[in-house]
Amino acid sequence: MSLRCPSTGKALLALAAVAALAGGCDRERRDLGASMPEGGPQIQTTDLTPGRGGVLPPDPRGQLYEKSAYHVSEGSRLFRWYNCSGCHANGGGGMGPALIDDEWRYGSSIEQIYGTILEGRPNGMPSFRGKATEQQIWQLAAYVRSLGGETPQASSSRREAMRSTPPRNQVTPPKPKGEGAPAVQGTAR
Amino acid sequence: MGDKVAEPERRRRWWWIGALVVLLLAVVAAVILSRNTSSPGATQKIASAPFQPGAPGEDDGQWTMPAKDYASTRYSALNQINVSNVGALRPEFTFSTGVNKGHEAAPIVVGGTMYIVTPFPNQVFALDLTRPGAPLKWSYSPKPKSAAQGVACCDVVNRGAVYSDGKIIIATLDGAVIGLNAETGSEAWRTQLGDINRGETITMAPLVVKGKVLVGNSGGEMGVRGWLTALDAGSGSVAWRAYNTGPDKDVLIGADFKPFYAMDRGTDLGVKTWPPEAWRTGGATVWGWISYDPELNLIYYGTGNPGPWNAEQRPGDNKWSSGIFARDPDTGQARWFYQISPHDLHDYDAINENVLLDLPIGGKVRKVLVRPERNGYVYVIDRASGQVLSADPFVYVNSSQGVDLRTGRLKPNKDKEPQVGKVVREICPSANGAKDWNPSAWSPRTRLLYLPHVNMCMDWQSAEVNYIAGTPYVGAEVRMYGGAGGNRGVFTAWDPVKRTKAWEIKEDLPLWSGALATGGDLVFYGTMEGWFKAVDASNGRVLWQFKTSSGIIGQPISYRGPDGRQYIAILSGVGGWAGAVVSGNLDPRDPTAALGMANATQDLKQKTTTGGTLYVFALPVHR
Repeated sequence: MSLRCPSTGKALLALAAVAALAGGCDRERRDLGASMPEGGPQIQTTDLTPGRGGVLPPDPRGQLYEKSAYHVSEGSRLFRWYNCSGCHANGGGGMGPALIDDEWRYGSSIEQIYGTILEGRPNGMPSFRGKATEQQIWQLAAYVRSLGGETPQASSSRREAMRSTPPRNQVTPPKPKGEGAPAVQGTAR
Repeated sequence: MGDKVAEPERRRRWWWIGALVVLLLAVVAAVILSRNTSSPGATQKIASAPFQPGAPGEDDGQWTMPAKDYASTRYSALNQINVSNVGALRPEFTFSTGVNKGHEAAPIVVGGTMYIVTPFPNQVFALDLTRPGAPLKWSYSPKPKSAAQGVACCDVVNRGAVYSDGKIIIATLDGAVIGLNAETGSEAWRTQLGDINRGETITMAPLVVKGKVLVGNSGGEMGVRGWLTALDAGSGSVAWRAYNTGPDKDVLIGADFKPFYAMDRGTDLGVKTWPPEAWRTGGATVWGWISYDPELNLIYYGTGNPGPWNAEQRPGDNKWSSGIFARDPDTGQARWFYQISPHDLHDYDAINENVLLDLPIGGKVRKVLVRPERNGYVYVIDRASGQVLSADPFVYVNSSQGVDLRTGRLKPNKDKEPQVGKVVREICPSANGAKDWNPSAWSPRTRLLYLPHVNMCMDWQSAEVNYIAGTPYVGAEVRMYGGAGGNRGVFTAWDPVKRTKAWEIKEDLPLWSGALATGGDLVFYGTMEGWFKAVDASNGRVLWQFKTSSGIIGQPISYRGPDGRQYIAILSGVGGWAGAVVSGNLDPRDPTAALGMANATQDLKQKTTTGGTLYVFALPVHR
């Protein structure tokens, strides 16, 4: 019946479109970054702040970046572009430490990761100051957080990055592979 | 005939008795002399470093360079410990290095002192072997730049120190070479050669030839330009440097350069076999072993992989990467070069040891260089000319289909050639090669070469990569795994004359330690679980084993102590490329971690932990 009425058909289509959009709203409104305030965060490298009490309040931009699928996916692209992947692989590490685990040598907050990328760290992390832009560093920091499962599921790019392995801090460790491997034997024992 | 002996026969008998007495006296004298030379505290000058191309000779009981001798045999003629008594071998003393990274170095023994150098921060310890428990004589901290750790491709290893003329010489991860007074540990000189901001590090053990310290750079995964540098051993000043890419004048290629094969002849091939300017970031580093033939006055060393790994970014043969150079040690001038893997596709560095032997081949004795190569073949090469006499696979190889002995060229298998945007599966051997840096040993008694190596394959996906100085220049995602049979390690005894395997021992984990052969017909090696093993050199039967505190990736040595007893020493402490999952605390759920090695070593964290310890073994003293 309704198919004979063009206006009803259009309405149904519109409804379907709205429904589809609503489903997609778990993610976020795409913000291409133009409105992001300039500059980097205040960086706190330690939790120990004698006499000052407490920790710095989080930079509000951190939330904006890590909740944005666009920024996280840009971070993923830049992670290869700047050869971060050369040292950290797809998060498992190599020349540099692992990023998909739950150990953070220099802090897990987005501000601290921003600081690590901008200034480098003394044991081998290079400084990308003057190489990457402030926004790129925010995006990289957001992506690194997502590798560790520290960002909202909706914006996380883990699924492409680490192929169906949940972050370590969200699962119990799997049974080690190779446990049942045969014992070492000399062939001519 | 009774007692009556004819006059000439009686005279002959007396002559024999006399000869026996003289011989006996000579033996006694020799024993006394040999004990005296290793008397407590004696740091004797080594008149000429031993060169025994495949022939058993006198052993001074020391271990002054990681390869034992210039021929790189890693053979100790000492035979107190042998197949019949090795079962009683027990630890004599241990020493903690306090470093939790991969310990690849060989201990060095000179007179009554043992010297060890650790991975970063490259601490040097001198242990007094003349006193019970070998107490610390001195230690030295070179304090390399901490940031150097970030540009070392595969753990922050060091492959050992070398002794020469009263000095212990080491290289540091951040690219310095240091000469130390062997008696006091005070710094005699320090020369900075590498620049970490270009991705250069040094991990190899230097070699001293005719008063020159030879050392090369690491950083083939960082797009560095490879070189070998000679320093004056007395002052540390640079005598010459030979680059392995670029114009002939930089490579020290001149009139004397006579490669055997046409493919290696031509001018400025180090420029012309690369896309424009790509030779500047082309790798071809020197981080393995150098051998020396004093008769031919030639040094031999191999060059590393071309950079980046993604071969589509560097069309051409990429000279002088993945090959062997023969050079004059006085001038550095190249004599010949042989490119093992022209336009390398699979990260097959050609830096492995060159064992210099004189072998009967084709009815006559040839001066050869035996090279168990990363690409899976044992090469036997005429070391005067650079001609390949044979190249036989010692593992399953499908990345290539043999070597054309007429042209010298490796025949790559098109099916296993990586392409951008495609995953090429089951390439054998894997990027670390059928055999990586860990050196083999040669026994002149069994005439077998003992190869510690791996049995691994890989999947490879190439990707476009940017060059940013001081960051990795790789462009490939790799996943490695055990080859057929599932055992990731193998210890193979190889007959280079018959060109066949004599026997093999399968090991579960990748085998990353060096080998030692002794006059007691034993061969020693260690596993990444931490087992240190002595096997019968003739048949591979495991005769003794001891579980050390961490996985072993070091180089075993043997020496005669000041007390005249034979000792066996090894550094335990897991790490290196194969052990990076543990030493770098990597997350093996990412199969591409550690350049794909993590996939093959997912179980390593359940089998060993970090920690550097020296173990020294001897037979118990019977009173």
